[in-house]
Amino acid sequence: MRHLLSSADLSRDDVRMLLATAAEMHEVQRRDVKKLPTLRGRTIINLFFEDSTRTRSSFEIAGKWMSADTINITGKGSSASKGESLRDTVMTIDAMSVDCVVIRHMASGAAHQVSQWVDASVVNAGDGTHEHPTQALLDAYTMEQRLGPLAGRRVAIVGDLTHSRVFRSNAITLRTLGADVTLVAPPTLMPSGIGAWAAADGLHLTDDLDEVLASGPDAVMMLRVQRERMSGGFFPTPREYTVGFGLTRDRLRALTDANGEAVICHPGPMNRGLEISADAADAAQSLVLDQVSAGVAVRMAVLYHLLAGEEDAA
Amino acid sequence: MSDLLITGVTYLGPDGAEQRGDLAVRDGLVAEVGRVEDVSGLDRLDGDGLTALPGFVDLHTHLREPGREDAETIASGSRAAAAGGFTAVLAMANTSPVTDTAEAAERILDLGRAAGLVDVVPVGAVTKGLEGVELAELGLMHRSRARVGVFSDDGHCVADGRVMRRALEYVRAFGGVVSQHSQDPALAGAQACCHEGELSGRLGLPGWPPVAEASIIARDAMLAEHTRSRVHVAHVSTAEGLDVVRWAKARGIAMTAEVTPHHLALGTDLLAGYDPVFKVNPPLRPTADQEALRAGLLDGTIDAVATDHAPHARHDKEHAFVDAAFGMLGLETAFGVVHDLLVTTGSMGLADLARVMSVNPARIAGLAGHGRPLAPGEPANLVLVDPAATVTVDRAASQSLSRNTPWHGRTLTGAVHATILRGTVTAREGEPAAC
Repeated sequence: MRHLLSSADLSRDDVRMLLATAAEMHEVQRRDVKKLPTLRGRTIINLFFEDSTRTRSSFEIAGKWMSADTINITGKGSSASKGESLRDTVMTIDAMSVDCVVIRHMASGAAHQVSQWVDASVVNAGDGTHEHPTQALLDAYTMEQRLGPLAGRRVAIVGDLTHSRVFRSNAITLRTLGADVTLVAPPTLMPSGIGAWAAADGLHLTDDLDEVLASGPDAVMMLRVQRERMSGGFFPTPREYTVGFGLTRDRLRALTDANGEAVICHPGPMNRGLEISADAADAAQSLVLDQVSAGVAVRMAVLYHLLAGEEDAA
Repeated sequence: MSDLLITGVTYLGPDGAEQRGDLAVRDGLVAEVGRVEDVSGLDRLDGDGLTALPGFVDLHTHLREPGREDAETIASGSRAAAAGGFTAVLAMANTSPVTDTAEAAERILDLGRAAGLVDVVPVGAVTKGLEGVELAELGLMHRSRARVGVFSDDGHCVADGRVMRRALEYVRAFGGVVSQHSQDPALAGAQACCHEGELSGRLGLPGWPPVAEASIIARDAMLAEHTRSRVHVAHVSTAEGLDVVRWAKARGIAMTAEVTPHHLALGTDLLAGYDPVFKVNPPLRPTADQEALRAGLLDGTIDAVATDHAPHARHDKEHAFVDAAFGMLGLETAFGVVHDLLVTTGSMGLADLARVMSVNPARIAGLAGHGRPLAPGEPANLVLVDPAATVTVDRAASQSLSRNTPWHGRTLTGAVHATILRGTVTAREGEPAAC
């Protein structure tokens, strides 16, 4: 593995290996002294063109706990607006002989493009509305901690699919692991060409969340509705969205009635009261904080497999 | 100007059938065709294996001067045009400043003449500053030395129906035509950069749906009918848009249309790697659209092939895909692409190619000296093509100042051997003449 750009880069064996390593790393996380010497002498640049708290900090902690030198470079807005091309920006960084560039960019495909230009390994930490492969890995890890292997398990992904990189990566990784995936969204938030896409990738489509919940899925993943979408004409009002697609208190009960073991995920940050009610967010079935905790372990696993040799991880 | 004897060349007779013989060019005009009696004072050019066609006319070229002389100049673009077999190019108005006054148009005309390799014909903006609000000085541009007859806000759609109506009414008085960039900005905004469909969904790129093109073409067809004026559809890219053009023509509406070589030959799938060299507006479309466009070109629904030659400096293409500039080079590869795609496959003959790359675009633009039959007394605006030559496109060898060609590394059958503008050889085997 040289880069991690898309969840489609990972075979089932790759995902299994990364999740197994993440479990080892998760053990390390519970030690008093968390430092491993694994990546000593390696330099990781966290290049974040877009605001991020949890993803950037979890990559930074992951690198530090493995003794890598991690440097954060953050910039708001694209380099285009500053007159410098993206290529110039990343070539400047690559010229410093770094080992890994973790990139978050507001433009789809940015990580892919950067990987063509630099010698360093590139990790996609979220590119526009395209993908977020480490999020999908940590979601899978978290769900498996609670549910066991995801093969044959039923997962519903609900919300703004069009603009969600979390959905795109999750749909791929969940299918790679053999899960049964149902997508739930209003028609205006279903991505272009989703019909052919769903048929090709074996995804189910619906706009009826109640029907999906009544069928007792094993996991329900609620996606964040971005504030800027609310005035974009994708749906009439936040109230109408919540009535149609929010995981409300009543829907939480319906889900629990149908499947008492079902878990709830949300990649955060949550809009409480919009796509997820406080009752659901804080319910015993909610994995929201487990997801954050797993984020560090999963990113340690990714950095380890990209940058370390073959010796034992922990 | 030297006088020429082109020997043993294949050419199109009055009936369009291919014939072989000698051609004499004197004083910038075709002097004799077939058998040349008087060869005195003529420089010989061996035409064996070559076919003489009327010089190509490009309805859609971006030369970037004034404003972005780092990407292209009128001189460098002229070199690329001559190398590609063109004897006339229409220079789009989206320069900086915009070509929206008589003075600006005359300046482009003069710079083209100074370069001297191709007739550079300025296109006038429809609206001031391409802003789509107030009409530019259409009449003054027409009355200027540049005799502007084609108007376009290309790069932008004249989206306001009232503005488009007024423009059509106004240019009708002097026989002008509006070339429309058909893109409803409400349906395909400035960020739209990938054909809307499964691939745009998977890639997370803003989609550009066919309806954004077809609905504007339909509106413009109705406006052309209502105003009894003439409208030209720039770079039609979708089967839906093409169907509307077909309907409009059947109804007798004065609508013409062009297609680019890249929309004929390149597909949406090329965007999968996020390489901005394949970012163009309108975007590359799926196979079914390419096939429909080829059929439309063959059945005459589409009148012309136009390059939409759009040079960009490297740093404007090396951004993230959605931030990178739209457009690709086209002048030097247009003949090879069309020939390779449609002539070598037997879909069309060289006479058809001449019709869509020279005769029809010259007629649409009202260029009297171009796209003419090969007959004594006609202006000697010619291209000699070698249908058997194969060329592997090398972007480093381009005459353009830019390198954003999507054809790099592709091998094409059919090459331009020489270009002749009013009797003067302006390029030979891809190398422009020193001027």
